[in-house]
Amino acid sequence: MINIQGLNKHYNKNHVLKDINLNISDPGIYAILGPNGSGKTTLLKSIIGLVIPEKGDIRVNGINVQDTPLYRNEISYLPQVARFPDNLRVVEVIKLIKDIRNQEADEFQLIDLFGLEAEMKKKLGNLSGGTRQKVNMLLGFLFDTPVIILDEPTNSLDPVSLTKFKKMIFEKKQQGKIIIYTTHIMSFVEEFSDKIFLLLDGRIIFTGDLQGILKETLESSLENAIVHLVDRNGNDKIY
Amino acid sequence: MIKRIIIYSTLFLSTSLNASVLEVGQSKSYQSISVAITYAGPGDTVMVYKGHYSEGTIEIKIPIVLIGISNPVLDGENKYSILQVLADNVVIKGFTFKDVGASYVEERAAIRIFKRTHCIIEANNLENTFFGIYLERCRDCIIRNNTIIGKAVSEMNSGNAIHLWYCKNILVIGNHVEGHRDGIYLEFVDNSTVKNNYVVDNLRYGLHFMFSDNDLYLNNKFVSNGAGVAVMFSKTIRMTGNEFSDNWGSSSYGLLLKDISDSEITLNHFISNTIGIYGEGVIRTNITSNDFIRNGWALKILGSCTDNHINRNNFLSNTFDVATNSSRNNNDYDGNFWSDNSGRYDLNKDGISDIPYRPVTLFSYMILNIHSATILMRSLLVDIFNYAEKIAPVITPSNLLDNKPKMKIIDND
Amino acid sequence: MIKFIKYSFFNLIRSYWTIIYFVFFLIISSTILYFSADLTKSIVSMMNIVTVLIPLVAIIFGAIFYYNSREFTELLLAQPIKRSSLLIGQYTGLSLSLSLSFVAGVSIPFLTQGILASDHLIDFLLILMAGVCLSFSMSAIAFAIALKHEDRIRGFSIALFIWFFLAILYDGLLLILLILFKDYPTDYLAITVTILNPVDLSRVMIMLGLDISALMGQTSAVFLKFFGTLKGISISFISLLCWILIPALLIVKIARKKDF
Repeated sequence: MINIQGLNKHYNKNHVLKDINLNISDPGIYAILGPNGSGKTTLLKSIIGLVIPEKGDIRVNGINVQDTPLYRNEISYLPQVARFPDNLRVVEVIKLIKDIRNQEADEFQLIDLFGLEAEMKKKLGNLSGGTRQKVNMLLGFLFDTPVIILDEPTNSLDPVSLTKFKKMIFEKKQQGKIIIYTTHIMSFVEEFSDKIFLLLDGRIIFTGDLQGILKETLESSLENAIVHLVDRNGNDKIY
Repeated sequence: MIKRIIIYSTLFLSTSLNASVLEVGQSKSYQSISVAITYAGPGDTVMVYKGHYSEGTIEIKIPIVLIGISNPVLDGENKYSILQVLADNVVIKGFTFKDVGASYVEERAAIRIFKRTHCIIEANNLENTFFGIYLERCRDCIIRNNTIIGKAVSEMNSGNAIHLWYCKNILVIGNHVEGHRDGIYLEFVDNSTVKNNYVVDNLRYGLHFMFSDNDLYLNNKFVSNGAGVAVMFSKTIRMTGNEFSDNWGSSSYGLLLKDISDSEITLNHFISNTIGIYGEGVIRTNITSNDFIRNGWALKILGSCTDNHINRNNFLSNTFDVATNSSRNNNDYDGNFWSDNSGRYDLNKDGISDIPYRPVTLFSYMILNIHSATILMRSLLVDIFNYAEKIAPVITPSNLLDNKPKMKIIDND
Repeated sequence: MIKFIKYSFFNLIRSYWTIIYFVFFLIISSTILYFSADLTKSIVSMMNIVTVLIPLVAIIFGAIFYYNSREFTELLLAQPIKRSSLLIGQYTGLSLSLSLSFVAGVSIPFLTQGILASDHLIDFLLILMAGVCLSFSMSAIAFAIALKHEDRIRGFSIALFIWFFLAILYDGLLLILLILFKDYPTDYLAITVTILNPVDLSRVMIMLGLDISALMGQTSAVFLKFFGTLKGISISFISLLCWILIPALLIVKIARKKDF
């Protein structure tokens, strides 16, 4: 489904992605982990077409992402930061996105799920940060697409919403979707991941499942395993 | 109706003076005007009926009244002057003069009067007559209600509609003058009046004074001439109630003043001229109670002008109100209304702004030297320059200011 | 693209700033009409505001608008749409709302003063046209700058400099040029340089209607002759159009290569 080969990207002199090769074809939940600045968001943005690759090839369903925007019909994307035009109402933004996609969507179920009925007529500029994140979430899950990309979805969600979110992820997995996300909350990864990609300084230093990473590092928790891997590779780099 | 009254009254007059009436026309006693005139005695009336008369130059040597009935046409066939008046007290009235034809050698005219007095030229039509009415060394004559229309193309081969030379006490009134070199030309003409004329589309000047003193012109209209009026080398001229409008061109003025003194310019309207009044060597002249509206320059007063009083005028939406080439000012600009004066404050409510106003802008100086800088007119840069100069004058005359600028438009009517 | 024009337009037209901008023009035109001695004077004052203030506001608004909608733009670009249609749509929506505020704010007072029946109708329409063109042109420039420079401070600085350059500095340089070459005929130089700057060009086009008498004087008759001919008018319009189209194309070009 998603096939990345030899992806390289610089921001000015900063080499953010170095020879990334990545292949995702089976349904499941994929976690992209790594310290701040390791290139997680850039990688996701490359797949969604927001970042233009310098070298390498990104294909979704066999289509080169630089050729046409239409492949994004297959992808839902949840950006890290949610900011909307201040003077549009929630309904209007939902309508705009639906207009653009022209795909089947069931917003009422999601409105219900996140408890947004009362906010629908309000202007987005008047909403709290948490509510905006809910709207963001709603837009991210609005369409029934085979691929769902989530950039730090657990940020600024209250415990109730987080529970609902987890439920939704679980359902999507059951439906056979590909879910790719980044996060800093390791417990979430322990709970929801079929495969982990660990990024460090723009390189994938580990690919495998939870068991695999624990086995390789002989650590007992994911947190420690990651610290272990980062240290090892970091030291490699230094010496 | 009026014509008939005039005819009957002249008839009555001439009979009462024991004079006779000679009639010229196809079915009348005389077929030729020249012949009729030779048989006329002093004070007789020659009545010319409708028809076309081509008789070369007709000379009038005795005082007669020459009247056209239903506009008989006198044709100069592009070769001749038409009427040559060599007697006093001649009246010429009701004719159409046409085609005198241009000449570079002699100043041909429809009507020429030489060294005579008390002549009246009234209600004639002059078409394409090179010079129209030409008075030389005359006195006490009246030129009234004539229409003089030429087809002047260049100054070189065109004449003046009304041309007065070395005359005294002439009244030029109610004429329509169009398409000549100068509309009305006065050289060495004193104590004369030009009134209620409509002067339009003349190549050089609508009205032109040279070396003429003590004259008055009032309530005339000067529209789209090269320059409306030029007054040169003259003194004590009174100019009142005239309208100068649409005199456009690179050397175009509503009123051009050159070396004149002790004159009065009052209650005139200057509208949409390139330059409202251009003054060079103007001395002791009052420019009072005039309206200057939408001119390029309302006043262009050169440094050679002194002791003039410019008061109680309205300056409305001119591109430049006052321009000068000098850094000194010897004229008085107090008590005018300036629509460009944006700093008008009147705390003591006396109708006079508390802050003096400088009508000369730095930019008007700039474009005197660099013409093409005109393209920067009304730009922010120029506004900033002008503002700075107004606060601290460096180049513009520091004493050229209106100390008592009016708060409101002055009612001059 | 129409969808994006619509959403940007409706978002902006409800914004606080658009309303302030509209009210500003309403007040300033009413004030000018009230205090000016006659309509000509009002038109002149309006011309100064239009040629100086509109570029400033449009260039700042353009940058603010882009930076503020940065994250939403990203969200929209994750949808199956072309970058160019979104950005041009946003830009058009912005220019339209700026133009509408301006046209409505100015027209209401002038219409009540009977501009339609006056002989300044053409001048007034020219002012409206110039204002709209400048709004479109300057917000496109601002958009392109903001797109190119993620750093807001740098983006705003460049935008302000461009305004300062076009509104003041450019004329200063032209003046220096004219002074340097004052012994040569510089009329066509002046015309050429003027045509290349949208602010100057708008000013000159309005001015020609207003200051005809003065322009007829001296050698400046050349200006009238040039801008009065079909050729001159066509060249002027093409230049104004270029000042809209080139920045708009620049938006597309920068967007194509940009990482969001």
